Amino acid sequence: MALIHLAIFLPVIAAILIAIVYRYVKDVHLGWFALIVPAAIAAYLFTLIPTVSNDGPLHYTLNLMPRIGMNFDVYIDGLGLLFAILISGIGTLVVLYSIGYLSKSERLGNFYVYLLIFMTAMLGVVLSDNVLMLYFFWELTSISSFLLIAFWYKKDKSIYGAQKSLLITFFGGFMMLGGFIVLYIITGTLSIREMIANVDLVIDSNLAPLAVVLVLLGAFTKSAQFPFYIWLPDAMEAPTPVSAYLHSATMVKAGLYLVARFTPVFAFSELWVWLILLVGLFTLLWASFNAVKQDDLKGVLAFSTVSQLGLIMSLLGAGGLAVNSGANESIFTVAVVAAVFHIINHATFKGALFMIAGILDHETGTRSIRKLGGLLTIMPITFTMTIITALSMAGLPPFNGFLSKELFLEAMFELSNANFSVLADWSVLFPILAIVGSIFTFVYSIKLIHGVFLGDRTHETPKEPHEAPALMLISPIILSALVVIFGLFPNILSQTIIDPAAMSILATDTQLNTEISHWHGFNNPALWATIAIVVVGLALYLFRHSWMFIYDYHKEQFTLNYLYDQGLIYSQLGSKKATDGVMTGFLRDYMVYIFGFFVVFGIITTFFTGLPIDFDNYSEIGIQDVVLVIIILISLFIIMMTRSRMVSIIMLGAIGYSMALFFAFFRAPDLALTQLAIETVTTTLFLVCFYHLPKKSKHEEAVGFKFTNFMISVGVGAIVILFGLAAYSNRLFESISKYHIENVYELAAGGNMVNVILVDFRGYDTLFETLVFGIAGIGIYALMKAKVKGKDDDNEEHA
Amino acid sequence: MIGFLNIIVIICIIVFALSMLGMVYRVIKGPTLHDRVITLDAFGVTLMGMMSLVSIVLDTTYLLSVIMLIGMIGFIGTVGFAKFLEKGVIIENDRDNNS
Repeated sequence: MALIHLAIFLPVIAAILIAIVYRYVKDVHLGWFALIVPAAIAAYLFTLIPTVSNDGPLHYTLNLMPRIGMNFDVYIDGLGLLFAILISGIGTLVVLYSIGYLSKSERLGNFYVYLLIFMTAMLGVVLSDNVLMLYFFWELTSISSFLLIAFWYKKDKSIYGAQKSLLITFFGGFMMLGGFIVLYIITGTLSIREMIANVDLVIDSNLAPLAVVLVLLGAFTKSAQFPFYIWLPDAMEAPTPVSAYLHSATMVKAGLYLVARFTPVFAFSELWVWLILLVGLFTLLWASFNAVKQDDLKGVLAFSTVSQLGLIMSLLGAGGLAVNSGANESIFTVAVVAAVFHIINHATFKGALFMIAGILDHETGTRSIRKLGGLLTIMPITFTMTIITALSMAGLPPFNGFLSKELFLEAMFELSNANFSVLADWSVLFPILAIVGSIFTFVYSIKLIHGVFLGDRTHETPKEPHEAPALMLISPIILSALVVIFGLFPNILSQTIIDPAAMSILATDTQLNTEISHWHGFNNPALWATIAIVVVGLALYLFRHSWMFIYDYHKEQFTLNYLYDQGLIYSQLGSKKATDGVMTGFLRDYMVYIFGFFVVFGIITTFFTGLPIDFDNYSEIGIQDVVLVIIILISLFIIMMTRSRMVSIIMLGAIGYSMALFFAFFRAPDLALTQLAIETVTTTLFLVCFYHLPKKSKHEEAVGFKFTNFMISVGVGAIVILFGLAAYSNRLFESISKYHIENVYELAAGGNMVNVILVDFRGYDTLFETLVFGIAGIGIYALMKAKVKGKDDDNEEHA
Repeated sequence: MIGFLNIIVIICIIVFALSMLGMVYRVIKGPTLHDRVITLDAFGVTLMGMMSLVSIVLDTTYLLSVIMLIGMIGFIGTVGFAKFLEKGVIIENDRDNNS
């Protein structure tokens, strides 16, 4: 139990306190109480930076469930610390922003409790060393995200979005758990560090591709990669602070964290590297293309988030190549540095952009770009922040987005030059995909600035627009300032945070000494690529009306959302149909299933094991046995063929009495006695039932013939006979009845052996059979006395 | 060793069996319920005889209680049926009628 464990669980503890405070304190905005928590955690984590960057990772352990290996091991290396600082730092800003954004009339208690639970979950994800704990926190993020998306639960769209995100992320999380289990089977450990240490076992294992695919499914669903990105745009129904925090800065980066964390384990696998690279690049392209057509501010930002996540994912894939192939390692180290740097950059500018979108929504009453316009003079501060963050997103100097995009393009160009076993001929695709994606990124960034702040006033806004209050402006101002600071002085990050993080992704101990500079010289293809992006992007934006029509071809039927909705509908319909088809409600159908399976599996068993039947140890058959069997058979035949229920009952009685005769012939007088008495009683009861049949259903008709039923009954009979014969032919041990015969008088002082067994040797059975009779008697009494209430009687009851 | 007694017993069993077959025919065919009830009563008595013959064949006395039981059941059953045919109910509940 170290201080860090307390730090991880501090938000949950605070959540409990806040739930109590919420009841008693009504005057102060609840956010002020919540603000202390992330601020304290962030301050504590900042103090850890020098230790981690100079002395290497910290490791604390706390035994939780040692028997199954689920220990709360905290492992703080560069990567975990980077994410933890992002979470707590942006968490602080988001809580501050939410104080201005949410009014006191909202259910603030719920909001901050969910948010703090989420914070604990997220800190747990990035700091856990144990995969089971990682999975635990991972699902906790899904659940708290679900709660936050559905914060305004009276809106249908909130519920829809929350359900969708829950289904998709839970699916991925569950797959990821499978991946972890496979890893555990391979390496025999649940600790990520020990998995990295045992990477040889993973390389040799045949199961590794399975683990790769399962873990990647978890990462892709959480980080909204193609084709699982569809939940993120629908998660925009959440309050804007939640969108800013969860769906841009922290939760969606959990998948990136997972990929980065497992790069040392899986990077040897080509499947891992190429999947990440290609999926990331395609997500980048697809989402940036789709972001351009969005009208909703948050819609643009959601697709933008997806595309930026794809960018980081592809960089991580390129970084995986550094471990995979020996091809010019330093180049691919650049890719990892770029990925880490862009994680930070994206968190800053996208958090700020979401907050700006929230401000616009708050101050104008709409988020539709079509209705907004010409707000430059009315909201100057917001405009300044938008310029900074959107241009950073577009990748223009001197902001930090430029630097990471430059590194990204560089890495992609290097990738096209490198020579790899797979896809070598296609490697020229990577820079092209990257550049096209960046062009669209540029277009929607410009659209964001131009559509909202420039141009003419539209006067269509529901509210009269004005500048936001200071409380809402502080957080985006801080983030925008960070964008500028990181853009101008990127190296304050490189030694302290980026290098340790990149080192833990690459699992090396050698210092990287990264230097991020603005100017790489004219020979750098990335520079020309950036210029091309700006030129083409501007041209595309200026002539947007002449090419936007291509989005009209993007019909509803071809989107993944349509596929998801139809899948949901058809899975419901299909399961309903399957259930209705099987669960008919008729007992006869269930009997067919039960006996049908009995026959099928009986035949299968017979087929595989054989039925050893020999007729050696059977006794002689007497004439009276034959006669009785014939009587029983005739009675059975009459039961099946007769039209009258009465005849059936009598014949059933006849069978019962024949059985009593059998008992008599086989020298079982007690059984014969009981059988006679019982048969009389049951026949009488049958007759009572018959007598009370309603007049209408008393009409007599023969039992219908159904071929299936016939086949199944014949099958059941044949199998039971065969099994009986086989069992009788294979007596493995002597009967224990000898003991009873010898001791019935000696030990129990009785002459009637059956009765002695019933009450002495095995008295317990008799006791409980007596109980069964008692229960049956009470049950019949209750049934007869109970007033069966119809619907009409209900009214009387309550009157 | 088939003694004289055994031959007699077996002949008796056959005769009893034939008579039971005849009764079964009457039970199935019997035009009225009354015919069937009387036949069943006779059937029970024949069954008692059959049982005693069987116990002679098996050389045992344990089946005597079975014979007694058949007699009791046959009697009770016939009485019950008779009452049913007469009144429509077997167990009368006077309080039900009064209230």
